[in-house]
Amino acid sequence: MSAGIKVSHIVHGYGKKTALNNVSFVVESGAFCALLGPNGAGKSTLFALLTRLFVPQSGDVGIAGIQLKDNPRHALAKLGVVFQQPTFDMDLTVRRNLKYFAALHGISGCDADKRIDAALERLGMAERAGEKAKALNGGHRRRMEIARSLLHEPSVLLLDEPTVGLDAATRKSITDHVHDLVQDTGLTVLWATHLVDEIRSDDRLVVLHRGEIVADGFAGIIAGDQTLSDRFLALTSGSEVAA
Amino acid sequence: MSGALICLVAVIQREALRFVSHRSRFLAALVRPLVWLIVFAAGFRAALGLSIMPPYQTYITYEVYIVPGLCGMAQLFSGMQSSLSLVYDREMGSMRLMLTSPMPRWWLLFSKLVASTLISIIQVYAFLAIAGLVVGIDFPWEGYFLAFPALLISGLMLGALGLLLSSTIKELENFAGVMNFVIFPMFFMSTALYPLWKMAEASVLLRDICAFNPFSHAVELIRFALYGQLNFEALGWVTLAFLVFLAGSLWGYDPARGMIRKKA
Repeated sequence: MSAGIKVSHIVHGYGKKTALNNVSFVVESGAFCALLGPNGAGKSTLFALLTRLFVPQSGDVGIAGIQLKDNPRHALAKLGVVFQQPTFDMDLTVRRNLKYFAALHGISGCDADKRIDAALERLGMAERAGEKAKALNGGHRRRMEIARSLLHEPSVLLLDEPTVGLDAATRKSITDHVHDLVQDTGLTVLWATHLVDEIRSDDRLVVLHRGEIVADGFAGIIAGDQTLSDRFLALTSGSEVAA
Repeated sequence: MSGALICLVAVIQREALRFVSHRSRFLAALVRPLVWLIVFAAGFRAALGLSIMPPYQTYITYEVYIVPGLCGMAQLFSGMQSSLSLVYDREMGSMRLMLTSPMPRWWLLFSKLVASTLISIIQVYAFLAIAGLVVGIDFPWEGYFLAFPALLISGLMLGALGLLLSSTIKELENFAGVMNFVIFPMFFMSTALYPLWKMAEASVLLRDICAFNPFSHAVELIRFALYGQLNFEALGWVTLAFLVFLAGSLWGYDPARGMIRKKA
């Protein structure tokens, strides 16, 4: 199977502090991969590099078979991103927010309207298109942000701790929603989190700790006969080596 | 319409909608130069004598002299306001959203710049309208048309300065420093409030600083344009400053080299 995301020997730091040290992993096309790591593990730095907020000091990233270094615009066109911070303009309507994003990808007019209508319909939120973003609750905003990130039909979706600040039921519904998207559309997903209950045993899992990968495989296999939570704590306490 | 043009129009629309939805911002932008014109200029009118100098053909009152400077001030504040909103956008994540667009990064930043410049021009014309209709300070009708390209280039220059500053400011809290070390010196050490020869009476060094300040040239460009004249020297300096600030801000936002990499 081809690689949806290929991270090769990434090294990056701030001043003398190394944030990522020789990080390499591959997420197969059409897979859900969780990037698990405690706070400060380097997840945000990795996401900044994957979204080309800045470029790595060494190593490279491939998105849907396109090297970010060689063809950044083409690679970014294949990428959908949901950031940790909400990025909706709260004073603008939901439709206006979605139209703005579509335009950033060069989509406008009837084509943009069609895509926005379809996205809102899928979420059962068509009647709320005219409401200001600040009128939506946290869960709905998150769902809208996921819908927005898919407007340009990317083949890879990155989500940086998308459930932060949401209640348990909403977290589960959003996690299920993204798993369903992977099954139904063949989307490749990289889901950064520090919450183990968002990961299913058949999900791909990459565990990042202190800028290095300490486990890479299927969640059920990495957990072994322990719970994933216990295994994660063991991996990130420094007492055990990579699985 | 090409993708790049769609993107430019969307960025301008977004800035315009944000501006309209923040009425207090518009009011503040309007009141600030009006207070200077009505209160400050009235006090100085008696104290400051102005000789005849280009582009003026006759003796003018102090209020008439400072109107172009106050147009520049509106644009200076608008440029810094846009810089502030860029830092805010970066903290909030919407800047990241924009930078993940497949459009070239320089185009995205230029679109932002054009949007903030157009907003600043609306503010200036609103100020000029009140200055003309309420205070009674008006200009030749062709001046109002010719001021537009002058305001465009001066707005782009000041917006590019704001963009450059936004790439170097780490947090929103640091913005107070911009007020103290950029806006105030740029405004006070310029020809906005006093002509160069008046400055020279106080200090030759101060006059030289004022003559070097790109904001002075922006003010002179607007001043001459309002009287239907083109000040080539000012145009040259403002264009040069715009290119330098733009190059600096593109460097600042470059993913490989710039300042942004230090603030993931």
